[in-house]
Amino acid sequence: MKRLLKGGRVVDPANGRDGVFDILIDGDRIAKVGVNLQAEEGTVVVSMPSGLVITPGLIDMHVHLREPGQEHKETVATGVLSAVTGGFTAVACMPNTSPVNDNAGVTQFILKKAADANLARVYPIGAVSIGQKGDQMAELGELKEAGCVAVTDDGHPVRTALLMRRALEYTRMFDMPVIEHCEDPTLKGDGVAHEGMVASKLGLRGIPGEAESIMAQRDIALAEMTGGRVHIAHMSARQTLDAVRYGKSRGANVTCEVAPHHFILTDALLAAPVPYDTNTKMNPPLREAADRDAMLQGIVDGSVDVIATDHAPHHYDEKHVEFDRAPFGITGLETCVPLCLDRLVHSGLISFSRLIELLSVNPARILRLPGGSITEGAPADLTILAPDLHVKVEAKTMKSKSKNTPFDGWELRGGVAATIVGGRTVYNNAAVNLAI
Amino acid sequence: MKKDLLSIDDLSADEIYRVLDTAEAMREIGERPIKKVPTLRGKTVVNLFYEPSTRTRTSFEIAEKRLSADTLNIAVQASSVQKGETLADTAMNIEAMSPDMIVIRHSSSGACNLLSRICKSRIINAGDGLHEHPTQALLDAFTIKQHKPSIEGLKVAIVGDLLHSRVLRSNVLLLTKLGAHVFVSGPPTLVPRGIEQLGVTVATVDDAVRDADVVMMLRIQQERMQGAFFPSLREYYNLFGMTTERVSRAKPDVIIMHPGPMNRGVEIASEVADGPYSVILEQVANGVAVRMAVLYLLAGGVENEAAA
Repeated sequence: MKRLLKGGRVVDPANGRDGVFDILIDGDRIAKVGVNLQAEEGTVVVSMPSGLVITPGLIDMHVHLREPGQEHKETVATGVLSAVTGGFTAVACMPNTSPVNDNAGVTQFILKKAADANLARVYPIGAVSIGQKGDQMAELGELKEAGCVAVTDDGHPVRTALLMRRALEYTRMFDMPVIEHCEDPTLKGDGVAHEGMVASKLGLRGIPGEAESIMAQRDIALAEMTGGRVHIAHMSARQTLDAVRYGKSRGANVTCEVAPHHFILTDALLAAPVPYDTNTKMNPPLREAADRDAMLQGIVDGSVDVIATDHAPHHYDEKHVEFDRAPFGITGLETCVPLCLDRLVHSGLISFSRLIELLSVNPARILRLPGGSITEGAPADLTILAPDLHVKVEAKTMKSKSKNTPFDGWELRGGVAATIVGGRTVYNNAAVNLAI
Repeated sequence: MKKDLLSIDDLSADEIYRVLDTAEAMREIGERPIKKVPTLRGKTVVNLFYEPSTRTRTSFEIAEKRLSADTLNIAVQASSVQKGETLADTAMNIEAMSPDMIVIRHSSSGACNLLSRICKSRIINAGDGLHEHPTQALLDAFTIKQHKPSIEGLKVAIVGDLLHSRVLRSNVLLLTKLGAHVFVSGPPTLVPRGIEQLGVTVATVDDAVRDADVVMMLRIQQERMQGAFFPSLREYYNLFGMTTERVSRAKPDVIIMHPGPMNRGVEIASEVADGPYSVILEQVANGVAVRMAVLYLLAGGVENEAAA
C-alpha cells in the first residue's frame, strides 16, 4: 500500500530540510520526498493539517524495559506502547534486567518480545561485564551478533579503569560505543540526593556532582587513549559537561546525553511542594540551578549530543516508602516530547531542527541505527508532532505500567500527533485526530 | 498551629513563643504534689519509635501521662522492618484505630512527612534521620530563655558533628528565626555543604566560642560514623572537645548545653558537663514541659487554659 503525506512541514536536519514537503510511503519504506508529488491511482492521500510537523522517528537511546525479571514494573510490550505514545519509533534498552542481558539468549528473548509487541523498534544494549559485576568481560562479539547496538554496565560505572580500557579497545572491532553511567562509587556512598543546601537542610545524604565528573574524566581519558567510543549517559553535573567539552576539543570519541528532568528540574523539588516526594529521587540526582542551566547551555551550544529519558519505571509500592529506601528513577517516555517542545523550542532556546538532531539524528548516528532521517529507501519511521497541542500530563492514564513521574499535572505546549513505524501507524493521538 | 509538627519551619516566631509560654505553665504542673491535669483525657497518643531512644521516648510518655492522655508505645526493631510491613502500612493500621496523635521517631529523614500524608492524626516528629528534632530545639530555646533575657541578639555556638545532627538543623532554624547569631563549628568533613545558606556562620571552634552566650555541644554519633570523618576520638577531643580552657573564652555567664546522650571525654570534658555553667540536666527537665505544651497546643488548646 502507498500513502502520500501531503503538504506538511517536514523537519529533517540530516537531509537539510525544514519546509513543506510531500512524503510518499510505499509499504514499510520511504519511496519519495519532494514538492507537489502526484499520487498514483490507489495511493491513499493524507492531507497534513497546518501546524503539524513531520520528523524522522524519534529514538530514545536510554530506557529500562525491565523484562526479563521485573515485569511488575514494565514489560517490553508496555514499554514499547509507552514509547510510541510518546512519539518514539525506537528505543534502546538497558541490560540491567534479571537476568542481566550479558548473553545472546537474553538479547534474543528481548527481541522476541519486541517482535510480538510489534510497536516501536527495540535495540537491546548488552552488558560490558558478566552480570554487570565488573570482573570478566561479557561476550561482546556474540552480543553484537545477536542484535545489541552498544554495551554498558548501566546502573553502575564499569568497575575498573582496566576493564573500561579493554572494553573501549575491544568494541572498536564492532564499532559499538561503550555507554557509561558515570559515578565514583566511593564519592556516591549511600547518597540519595544532590549534595548541596537542599540535601543538607532535608538531612539527606549527598551525592556530589564530582562523583559523576571524576568518572567521566577517567572514561574520556581512556577513550582518547584507546580510540574507542564512549557515550556518557544521563549527564547531570556541570563539571561533567566541562569534561565532555574538553574531551571533544582533544578529539576523543566522546558523546553525551541529558535527560529532560536534568535540564528542567532542580533539587528544590525535593523540599517543595511535596517534601521528600520519592518521584523526585533518581540517579544521578536532580542537581542545583547552576547544573540545570549548564545542561541547557550544552543543549544550545551543541556540546550535548542527545536527549534521552532514562525511562526507569518503578511500581507504586516500591516508591511509596521512606525517601532513602525508595528506588532511584522516574518514567520518561510519555513526557519527553511535551517537555522538550515547551521548554526548549517554544521558549526559543533551540530550533526545531536542533531538537530533532538531539532526539533522532544523533542517537541513530551514535548507535549506527538505520533511522534518523527521512530518506528515500529508508524505513518509514516517522513522528508527527503537534507543537501547539495543549497537553496536561496525567500519570494515571499513561501507558507505561508504572506511574512514577514528577511531572504529573503539568500543563505543557506541544505533543505527539501520530507515530509511524515501518509505514504503519502505531499511535494516533485522539486529541489531534489525524486521518492517518 | 499547623496540623502537625514535623519541622521548626512549621512554626512562626509567634507560634514558637506561644509554645514556650505554654511550657512555662506546664512546668508548674510538674512541681505539684499531684502531677496530673485532665487536659488530654480521652485522647489517644501513639508513640511510634523505629529507633532506640530512652530520653525522648520517656520524656514524651511522661508529658502525655501528666496531661491524662491514653498512651501507647510501639517500638519497632530496625531488623524487623526489612521483612515486615512498610511504614505506610503500619501508619494506615494505626490510623484505622483512630488515635489523636502519633509521635514518631524514625531513622529515615522525611519519614514523618510520609506519615503526615497518610494520617488524619496529628503527627509530632520526635527525630527523623538526619533531618530534624523540633521538640529538642524548642526545649533548648526554653532552657536558654530561663537564663537569658532574650534569645534575640545572643551569640550561640554549636560545635560537633554537624553533618549527622538533626538537633543542629532544628536549632539553626529556630534560633535564626528568633534573631540569634548562630556560629557552627566542626571538622570540615562533618560540615554539611551549603549550611551557611541557612543563615549561620561556619567558624573555627575558638571563633565560635569566643564571647558566646550559649555553647551547644553535639554528640559525636559514633553509630552513624560510616567513614573516616576524623582520625581518632583522641584527636577529635584535642581539636573540638569542650574543655574548661575553651569555655573560658566564652562570656562569663555562658551556658553549656548538650542534647544527650553525652560522650564524656570526646565532645565534652566532665568538668564542663558537670560544671557551674552546664544546664544539661535542666534541658532534660524542661523537655517534659515543652512536650506537654506541644501536645496540648496541637490538640487544639489555648495557653491560658493550660494549667486549669
